Order: sequence, then C-alpha cells, then structure tokens
Amino acid sequence: MVAQNVFFGIIAFVMICSAFKVVTTKNVIHAALWLVVVLAGVAGQFLLLGAEFVGVTQILVYIGAVVVLLLFGVMLTKASLGEEADLNMPNRVLPAVIAALMFGVMTYALIDTFRDTELPRESVTNAAMVSDSIFADYIVPFEAVSVLLLAALIGAVVVARKE
Amino acid sequence: MISVLALDPAWWQQTFLIKVPIGLLAVLLPAGTIVYLYLFKAISFMQSRLGPMEAGPYGSMQLLAEVGKWLQKEDIFPTKADKFVFAAAPFVVLMSTFLLVVIIPAGPDAIFVDLDAGIYFAMAVSSVSVIGILMAGWSSANKYSLLGGIRAAGQLIAYELPLILAVVGVVIQAGTMNMQGIVLAQAEGEILGWGGIGNPFIFTQFIGFFIFMVAVQAELTQAPFDMPVAESELVTGYLTEYSGIRFLLFFIGEFASAAVFSAIAAVLFFGGWYVPGIDPTNDIFNVIGPLILAGKMMAIAFLIFWFRFTFPRFREDQLQRLAWKFLIPLSLANITLTGLLKVVV
Repeated sequence: MVAQNVFFGIIAFVMICSAFKVVTTKNVIHAALWLVVVLAGVAGQFLLLGAEFVGVTQILVYIGAVVVLLLFGVMLTKASLGEEADLNMPNRVLPAVIAALMFGVMTYALIDTFRDTELPRESVTNAAMVSDSIFADYIVPFEAVSVLLLAALIGAVVVARKE
Repeated sequence: MISVLALDPAWWQQTFLIKVPIGLLAVLLPAGTIVYLYLFKAISFMQSRLGPMEAGPYGSMQLLAEVGKWLQKEDIFPTKADKFVFAAAPFVVLMSTFLLVVIIPAGPDAIFVDLDAGIYFAMAVSSVSVIGILMAGWSSANKYSLLGGIRAAGQLIAYELPLILAVVGVVIQAGTMNMQGIVLAQAEGEILGWGGIGNPFIFTQFIGFFIFMVAVQAELTQAPFDMPVAESELVTGYLTEYSGIRFLLFFIGEFASAAVFSAIAAVLFFGGWYVPGIDPTNDIFNVIGPLILAGKMMAIAFLIFWFRFTFPRFREDQLQRLAWKFLIPLSLANITLTGLLKVVV
C-alpha cells in the first residue's frame, strides 16, 4: 500500500497544480490541455484504487469525448495563439464564494458520511461487478438516466435541425 | 502482437527492462514491415512499377535510409507556433499507440497487461490520439493545419462510435471484455456443434467486422477517408509544418496504429494467437502465438492498404453521412441481433 500512497500523493499534487493552471493560464486552448492533465490524473487515481473499469471510462468519456468536443468547439470559433487579455472574469468575488461553499459542502458531506469507517479493500470493482450492481441494484436510476439522456439527445436534434 | 518471443515469458513479464524493448519492437517492427511490404512494394506492383530497388536486396533497406534522412533533417518550428504544444503533439499521438499494444495478447502468457476490461481500455486510449492531432493542428499557427486538425477531430469522433459499437457485438458473444477471454471463447467455441476449428467470430460477426474495418480505415485517416491530410486541399493538413524527427514520429504513429488495429481485429474476429488443431492451453502458443498473430495481422493490414490504394477520397459530408446515417444504425442493429441470438440460442 505504501507505493500506492506515494503515487497517490504525486498524482494529486500534479492534479492540483494543473487545476490551478486551468484557471490561471492566459490561453483557452492551454486551459483545455491542462484540463486533460487533471482528468488523466483522476483516471490514474481510479486505476491506483484498482477500479479499472471506472478509470478507463474516465479516459473514454472525459478525455476522449468531453475535452475533444471542447477543443473542437473552441478551435471552430476562436483559437488565437499566445496570450489573450480578456479571459479574466471581472467579477471574481461571487465565483470565489460559490467555489468555497461547494468545497465546504462536499468536504463536510464526505467526512460526515464516512468518518472512521474503513472501506473494505475488496469493495473495488471490476467490469462484471459494476454491471451486476447497475443491472440489479440500481436498475431504476440507470433507466432514469438513460431516458434523461435520450431526451437530451432528441432535444439537441430538435434544436439543431433546420425547419 | 509481440513479434519476437525467443525469451522466457515468465521472466520478461516481471522485468521492466525486457518489457520496454519488446514493446518498442512490437510497435516498430510491424510498422516497418507494413511500410516496406505495402506502402513501398504492394502499391508499386498495383501501379505496374517496381518501387524502391536500390537500397539493399529488393529495396528492403529503403526504410532505414528514409529514417536516417528524417533524423538528419532540421527540426523546424514556425515562428508563431506555440512551441511546447507543437513539440509535444507527436508524442501524445505515439503514446496512445504504445498504450494500445500493452493489451494485445500474443499467446496464453505473452501479454503485457492482462486487463479485465482489455478491449474497453483499447477503445479508450485510441481516442486520446485525437487530442494530439488537435494540438498539432492548432499549435502550427497555420490555417491549413487548423483545418486539418478540425477535420481529423470531427472524423475521429464520428467513427469512434461505430468502432466501439462493432466491438460490443463481439463482447456480447464472447461474454467478456478480456482480450484473452475473447481469444479463448473463439478457440473453445463450436460451429453448430462442430468444434473442429473453434468458432472465429468472423462467421457470426461479419457485419461487425465490416463496420470495424471501415471505422478503422477512418480512424487511421487512410484513404478514402484521408480528408485531414488531403494534399490537394490542405497541403498535408495538421502535418504541414512538421519536419524531421517530429514528422517521423507522426509517420510511425500512423503505421504502428494500423498494425495495432489490425492485430485487435485479428484478436476480435479471427481468434488471435489461436490456430485450430492445437490445444489452446498448450505452452507452445507462447512461442508460435506471436507469429500466428503477426500473420493474421499482416493479412488484415493488407485489406486496409488495399482499400487505401484503390479508392478515391470521399467528400467531407459524405464521410459524416456514412458514419452517422449508415454505420451507427447498422451497428446498433447488429448489437440487437447479437443480443437476441445470445439469449435465444
């Protein structure tokens, strides 16, 4: 476990630095690329925990799809090289308060839920266990999410299509 | 896909120092073979010419000469380019190829990492190369490069879906996402009760194989889907500003991914390292498995390059229409049919 703890620390440090770069860099594309580093770090943490399926999904969905679409969108519209002056948000107080609140709520929820409970090391999931729990215990939420996504998909088609 | 396996597998599995050179060889050797046999020779014969003949016997050392030439060339950076992103882009593309190699089984024990969700991992890392291509296109500070990068991204996003959906059919039939499991499912399968040659999924998943190969052709941006580097429209797309070793890296990436995707197709549809007649648990497969897999891989790679050499380039809208309106519905139908048959039979 010691090697895993060391690597957890290293990856977490890289992730935090990259996350800072995402919001401080002066170029939109650079921000998106730093975001790739953060998300790859999340995938790495999942892999360290042995949650291989979740880690791979993280790569496929976030790096392979979300960031690529983000880059694609930015490059189609405006993708200037070098520093951009107008990237900073003029009103910084409100977002900072919201971010601090979010952090507080999530930290409190995590600590309050788990406290001293030590999670069993074998609770880690491979693909078969993930699918078993999705299609047995969580079938209703799963179907609800599917319908929601389908609705979003149809909505996108309606918005995009020409009359 | 480990093409050379004269070593004791139990030893190299534990030794990083052995794994890395074998990994390099597993990427570079098939890529080099494909370039020489298909890109230099097969296309020449199709065009009634001899191809390279001077360097080595039948021009077989031509590739080494080319690599030497590229290594000597100046590594040019455009003045306005984003230096770091420009320099890093080819490595991102190549990294995704190298990560693909680790899950390809070349024998019962001859595999770098036997991941539980192997094929899913392959689909995920293959999607990372898009980021490298977008980085290359954007950082070159060149309109043609940017257009090429955007075209590549649109194409890769569109064809990733049929690629993954085609694999789902195989996964349903095999009942596992593990690459070794898929090989064994084919080796131990039976065709209508006859187990003489196992059950290569090509017989039941031929629709899936068709979709997979079309999608791979597009993912590799080989003609007829080579709009991102369309030389008559975009110079060479996102590669325009690259020279010397960085161009070489993109070049290796292109042909190594062709080799890797052919190997994945061989595992998914043609039984991977297995040949009929020998028990799949026999240790001999650790020795002959890589060769068998390499043979199957080269046969499939020939298909890719045959299409590349004979088909004219599509238009961008035709490309998107083919993916979204034909391949994706077809692959969904294939999944439905496979699922139904899996439950019924």
